[in-house]
Amino acid sequence: MLKLRDGIIELYKKVATSIPGDVEDALKTAYSNETEHLAKESLDIILQNIKIARTTSRPICQDTGFPVFYVKVPKGLSHQLVRDIIMDATRIATNKIPLRPNAVDVITEKNTGDNVGDYFPFVYTEETEEQSLIVDLMLKGGGCENLGQTYKLPAVLTFGDKEAIAERDFDGVRKCILDAVFKAQGRGCPPYTIGVAIGGAKDQVAFLSKKQLIRRIPDIHPNAAIAELENKILNDINRLGIGTAGLGGITTAIGIKIATAHRHPASYFVDISFSCWANRRGRLIW
Amino acid sequence: MLGKQKGKADMVSSEDGSQKTEARTLKTPLSKDDVLNLKIGDMVLINGLVVTGRDKVHKFLAHEKPDKKDIPFELYGGIIYHCGPIIKKVDDTYKLIAASPTTSMRVEMYEADVIKAYGIRGIVGKGGMGEKTLNAIKEYGCVYLHTISGAAAYLADRIKNVRDGWKIEEFGAPEAMWLLEMEDFPAIVTMDAAGNSLHKDIEKISLTKLKRLFLEKRESE
Repeated sequence: MLKLRDGIIELYKKVATSIPGDVEDALKTAYSNETEHLAKESLDIILQNIKIARTTSRPICQDTGFPVFYVKVPKGLSHQLVRDIIMDATRIATNKIPLRPNAVDVITEKNTGDNVGDYFPFVYTEETEEQSLIVDLMLKGGGCENLGQTYKLPAVLTFGDKEAIAERDFDGVRKCILDAVFKAQGRGCPPYTIGVAIGGAKDQVAFLSKKQLIRRIPDIHPNAAIAELENKILNDINRLGIGTAGLGGITTAIGIKIATAHRHPASYFVDISFSCWANRRGRLIW
Repeated sequence: MLGKQKGKADMVSSEDGSQKTEARTLKTPLSKDDVLNLKIGDMVLINGLVVTGRDKVHKFLAHEKPDKKDIPFELYGGIIYHCGPIIKKVDDTYKLIAASPTTSMRVEMYEADVIKAYGIRGIVGKGGMGEKTLNAIKEYGCVYLHTISGAAAYLADRIKNVRDGWKIEEFGAPEAMWLLEMEDFPAIVTMDAAGNSLHKDIEKISLTKLKRLFLEKRESE
């Protein structure tokens, strides 16, 4: 299994030092469209930084994130073995690339120094009928992670000295997302990619909303109603005027991806996950 | 807005190509006058020594209030950079790999006390800070400088070297106080000593737009 370990180390390197083509394309489009001076200069530096990181094999951002793995494991292969290999690869990648050590023990407040700790990295595994092992890695920045919100509908949203009601319908979902983006302002490195999940359990929607961030930007949701909702909300978000770096501008988000799950009659959760502009994700097929 | 300041020997303006905005050069340590001359929207290039400090450093400075002589670096007139860099130790020297800002708002509850107690003249970070810090910036003569979040390789190339580190073991490398030497490190003044905040302005504008977007559905029904 040495080869898999090396493959995961390479995956770490690719994800930390480059961003996916679809994200870079979206940022280039944002740059071309931008009319606000500070946002345009910021996007210019962001695009230069992407190039420098790629050519010098250095991390795009010093926050190399909370590593989250979504792994599809073929029948017969031990999930525990895959986890162990991921932990091993993480230790080596941290030293080699290098990644910033981000795993802090909540009890002792000590940084483990190698990015390995309790539930760190976070690894989701599921069984697949396929012959290949599929490893998706997301390096999730901490600043944007902090902007995540969970709403329980119906909800009263306060804005300034006024209130708005988010009811149990798609317009309520839209209002929650706009509220979350407004609260986020420029604190989590816009332009954002936003993952959303609507459903009936707290852990279910938290898992699903973050997982939407691995969907490609041009990806169109198979359900027409959700696809339309995604377009509508993206358009609304970009009317808020927060812009790149939060200094004003026309692109506050480059994509929004919504997942749905069946809900309990009593519950209607809307969970929102933010990714900074540096939505770092990649896949290894082994 | 970016006019040259007469009689400020340590602050000169430079032109960086016809398309770019004129940026002012700042050299640390900063005087109160340096800071009072800066206004929101000004672009600056920082030169000289700065220290990093984020969550643990701020909590420590605000609660433990260590004596200035117990801190190995001079903070008076200095700049605190909200940054948890990637630094690799090669033999006996520290090599900076990546260093863009972290979210400043998390230290909002501490920053005013830190500015006051240690004579901080500049904060470099991302996303801006709140009322409490804005008041301290105004009262004590300080400035908030926003720099480009996530541009870690680009910004690391504008830091000449890592002089030293403090509390590396105790706080962990990302949260230690690092002494960095900046060279033409770019930033934008977004909160100034006159009490202006570009972040507050953008929030106000976006609130107006949010109100409109919230009401939209009802009007179309």
